[in-house]
Amino acid sequence: MELIKVKDVKTVFGEKVVHDGLNLHVDEGEIYGLLGPSGCGKTTLLREMVMLQEFEAGSIEILGKKIENISEEDAQELRRKWGVLFQFGALFSSLTLAENIALALREYSTLSEAMIQEIVAFKLDLVGLKPSDAFLYPSEISGGMRKKAGIARALAMDPKLLFLDEPTSGLDPISAREFDELILQLRSMLGLTIVIVTHDLHSIYNTLDRMAIIDNKKVAYEGSLEEVTSVKNDFIQTFFRDKI
Amino acid sequence: MNEKLLEINLQTNGASLDFSGELTLYNLTQAQSLIETNQLSNSQTIIINLTKAQYLDTAFALFLTDIQEEYNAEIKCSNKNFLHTLDLTREHKKRLDVTDDIHKKSIFEYLGKTFYESYRSFISFMEFIGKIFISFLLYFKSIKNIRIKEIGFEINESAVRAFGIVALTSFLIGLVTAYQAAYQLQRYGGNIFIVDMMGISIFRELAPLITAIVIAGRSGSAYTAQIGAMKITQEIDAMRTMGFDPYTFLVLPRIIALIIMLPILIFVSDMMAMLGGIIVADLSLDLTPSLFLDRLSEVVAIKHFYVGLIKGPFFAFLIASIGIYRGLMVKDDTQSIGFNTTKSVVESLFAVIVCDAIFSIAFTNLGI
Repeated sequence: MELIKVKDVKTVFGEKVVHDGLNLHVDEGEIYGLLGPSGCGKTTLLREMVMLQEFEAGSIEILGKKIENISEEDAQELRRKWGVLFQFGALFSSLTLAENIALALREYSTLSEAMIQEIVAFKLDLVGLKPSDAFLYPSEISGGMRKKAGIARALAMDPKLLFLDEPTSGLDPISAREFDELILQLRSMLGLTIVIVTHDLHSIYNTLDRMAIIDNKKVAYEGSLEEVTSVKNDFIQTFFRDKI
Repeated sequence: MNEKLLEINLQTNGASLDFSGELTLYNLTQAQSLIETNQLSNSQTIIINLTKAQYLDTAFALFLTDIQEEYNAEIKCSNKNFLHTLDLTREHKKRLDVTDDIHKKSIFEYLGKTFYESYRSFISFMEFIGKIFISFLLYFKSIKNIRIKEIGFEINESAVRAFGIVALTSFLIGLVTAYQAAYQLQRYGGNIFIVDMMGISIFRELAPLITAIVIAGRSGSAYTAQIGAMKITQEIDAMRTMGFDPYTFLVLPRIIALIIMLPILIFVSDMMAMLGGIIVADLSLDLTPSLFLDRLSEVVAIKHFYVGLIKGPFFAFLIASIGIYRGLMVKDDTQSIGFNTTKSVVESLFAVIVCDAIFSIAFTNLGI
């Protein structure tokens, strides 16, 4: 089943055309990567998928809903079905980690306080944080922990779909590999579909099932890792060949 | 929802909880209250039946494992995904030992904490004042150390640009006090005493206070916000690593600039407030400006004017140091700047008024 369908998307910033006729689709249960040279509009595409940014033409369908002309109620419902991890975590700095994770639960459900605390502790444990970390503020923890807490917050409502924006950037190699492991675990444990924007070659090899390489306003390649090197494209050749 | 979420079938020696439909955190509370109203006891054999359920999320799975433990229940389920989710929650629960200690703070704990925190912040403010004095000593050891350019910049930013607002506020205050007094004095035929009243109250008290209030609201808060933002973007850390002492570059120039400029601003305030008084005296009391000025030099001793000016540097030090201190206290989160800016203005106004009261007592006892 296709959870995300992107069709002929065109994005324009002022005079600059970022995407023109961009097509891709993400299947259920896979870890899908958005790759490409810097400035190609990977993060822009991700922001368009989660309705933070509008696009000029084309259509994006997520979980069966076309987001270019979605009603506000449908949009709200969709927002509860996905989780987003931003590049720097974007935790609310005035709230503790536990409060950050509990925020959506408090707002959208009628759960009792004890139940919320239990869910929060469970989600913290799921991403590998200690129960004592719950009472810390975002400014008191390291970058790696911030990203883990960001994922825990994204998972609070048990989403079907998870968007990760450069999850391993700014982490040391060991933490980055741990994070790859965590992403794989979460997928198998919770049956998530995950879309990742990344530059990290190790992550690409470790985690991705399929990927789209965006170059020159279009998708230069979509598919699995095995066939990628056969594609004639400057970026793909330098990115994959030189490293292998 | 046309299907029933939970059906409880009570039997002679137990009960069966038949769940159906989508089991998510949205209907968890409903199931919870249904179970609580049915008062199950753990002597019975309880069966949790999930065969008719269509979907199970982790929150509901957590809830089910809770019931299972509490009533020693048995879970009947054939769906592999559900079993997997239940196993997952059980495994993580084991490691947690549940954080049940959400303890409520008693009023004494709260009071103690508040008291201790204010004590700590007082100590850290004293530490800050100490650092300022040491920096001052180092600063004036050599004439080369003095950063004329920074001081000049701050004088322009926080004082010269404030001339307009200080002048306007003082003029209006002079106008208003004179106008209020004029009506009262006229009834007793004491028109001429407006000069005595205005001279003493404006020079001694009103002009220094108004100036301090305007500067605390305008420049003190700006110090907090500027330095706080620099702290969040790690600019202050960067300065330290490059060997630029923030006290030399940020703190002292601001304090010195205000200490130099506040007496001048108070002088401007004196003149403008007096101008307001002269205008009201001329218009509503028929006291010509030349008569006003003659009387002023006759009855109001020059010491009143100096008493007002001498307060300037003290107020300036309080406003600048509290503003900067609050800026340095900003922490790495977004609410901190707003919180500290508010605190900076409130605390510096309070400090100015306390300082003014101390001056009043001291001058009275000294007979000045």
